[in-house]
Amino acid sequence: MKQYLSFFKIRFAAGLQYRTAAWAGISTQFFWGIMNILMYRAFYRSGQNAFPMEFGQLTSYIWLQQAFLAMFMVWFYDNEIFGHITSGSIAYELCRPCDLYLMWYIKNMAIRLSRVVLRCVPILLVTVFLPKPYGISLPTSPTAGLMFLMSMILGFLVLIAFNMLVYISAFFTVSPMGIRILVTSVLEFLCGAVIPIPFFPEWLQPVMYALPFGSMQNTPFLIYVGHLSAGEGVQAMGLQLLWLFLLVCAGRMLMHRALKKVVVQGG
Amino acid sequence: MIELKNISKTFKVVKRDAGLKAAVKTFFKREYTEVHALQDVSFTIGDGEMVGYIGPNGAGKSSTIKIMSGVLTPDSGECIINGRTPWRNRTAHVQEIGVVFGQRSQLWWDVPVIDSFELIRDIYRVADADYQKNLRALTELLDIGEIVKTPARQLSLGQRMRCEIAASLLHNPKILFLDEPTIGLDAVSKIAVRDFVKTINRENGTTVILTTHDMQDIEALTERILLIGKGKILLDGSLEELKSRKSTHRTLTVDYSGSALPALERMEIVKDLDGHAQIRLNTDDISVAQAISRISAQVDVKDISVEGESIDDLVVSLYKEFAI
Repeated sequence: MKQYLSFFKIRFAAGLQYRTAAWAGISTQFFWGIMNILMYRAFYRSGQNAFPMEFGQLTSYIWLQQAFLAMFMVWFYDNEIFGHITSGSIAYELCRPCDLYLMWYIKNMAIRLSRVVLRCVPILLVTVFLPKPYGISLPTSPTAGLMFLMSMILGFLVLIAFNMLVYISAFFTVSPMGIRILVTSVLEFLCGAVIPIPFFPEWLQPVMYALPFGSMQNTPFLIYVGHLSAGEGVQAMGLQLLWLFLLVCAGRMLMHRALKKVVVQGG
Repeated sequence: MIELKNISKTFKVVKRDAGLKAAVKTFFKREYTEVHALQDVSFTIGDGEMVGYIGPNGAGKSSTIKIMSGVLTPDSGECIINGRTPWRNRTAHVQEIGVVFGQRSQLWWDVPVIDSFELIRDIYRVADADYQKNLRALTELLDIGEIVKTPARQLSLGQRMRCEIAASLLHNPKILFLDEPTIGLDAVSKIAVRDFVKTINRENGTTVILTTHDMQDIEALTERILLIGKGKILLDGSLEELKSRKSTHRTLTVDYSGSALPALERMEIVKDLDGHAQIRLNTDDISVAQAISRISAQVDVKDISVEGESIDDLVVSLYKEFAI
């Protein structure tokens, strides 16, 4: 296990180097969050009751999204991995006595977490002091807070397990760009990054909750703002676990098949 | 101990003609051609041997290295290295080998080299005492003490290659695969790399398998040569054997003053211009000493040098002989 921990450390430390990027990210996310909130405020003014969430819940949701963006953004991939596959440098990775799936999984975790630690603290610190209902409010109960944390970890793991499928697809497609673009644009919607899932039409919501993408950022954030009750939260976390299991199994199976027929390109 | 028996590997390559029409056609119906990268390759390499693996581009050298290092799975045949089949026991196998692919990098681009080394130590679970000992020896031998704290992206190619080689030896592998380790290096770095490879082979008994296009590498390093062409092993023997096959030709380069050289018996004047001549001879016909005395009887020789056929010529003539 130590090898994977060191691997995590080196990627994490490398990620922390990029401080300018972090400051730029923080300011962008503040701006984006404020714009979003102002837009929703205009909608809410026209009629409170038409919306599935209270305005205060929605602002908390938006700030959580901004604070933990680096953890849950579906469009973010490590280009180095695609590079390894398409250029053939993967030959080196295959000469290591470790499990390639686990190594890439950990690498993705490390990169995302190194970005999130630099960004989430300032955003959370500032927005918690914003006047109600524009800031982020505390979780509705300590239980909700705890469940939020657990569910956030699960959601994070589900997202990376899904990303792994996209990486592995690069073994089969020569150029991974097509799949990435397709996946990204559809998933932004399906995971609730553009509009929270409760704002979608009633008939569509059950499908969206059931898909793996509903088990990413949607579940922890809805638990935090109290949109899901404790019972519903536990159920949703069960679903997260199920998706995590299925996605990891699928990823490992595909990887196994890919490595059997791997052709190292470029001599 | 490395044993390959009847290894074959075929790649499928999509073929299409030039032009848009052909591209559209390929979209619906693909035509593959099969490339036989390796056909029935067999050889045995003992512990502590140093073997040069040569052949023209596309002959199958890299494929063989990749099969022996567990990256590629062959279509058929057997490969047993230290009692294991690389692609079946990949993890256990790679623990005992070191690999340098000269055209790729294993160092992490944006962190200091020493961080990559420490990560490699953890990946291979090298005990700290062993790691320190190896690192000290490697930094000294390869002269990289100054540069290990620099991020890999800021190193020159020669510096990086020395670090790559160090990285592949930190876990004390029994077998070292070097796939074109001197590619693109300047003379000084090449010599440093060669000296180093010789040293670890001699002192640690590391088995070294080296592919290269640089015949000086072969001359400086290896006792035994495997020649591969079009996926088949064509020749397996010592460098001396190889040389004795073709080494009866000599070229004399003569600087002289006085009138131009007359035609000489059993010698071939390749060129003769302004007192500078090149003469070829075959030692079966005439000895070099005889030739020199005959030339100096004709003209006033200022300088003379004798060259055997270079190993490059030798390889080219071998490629020709086997039509590869």
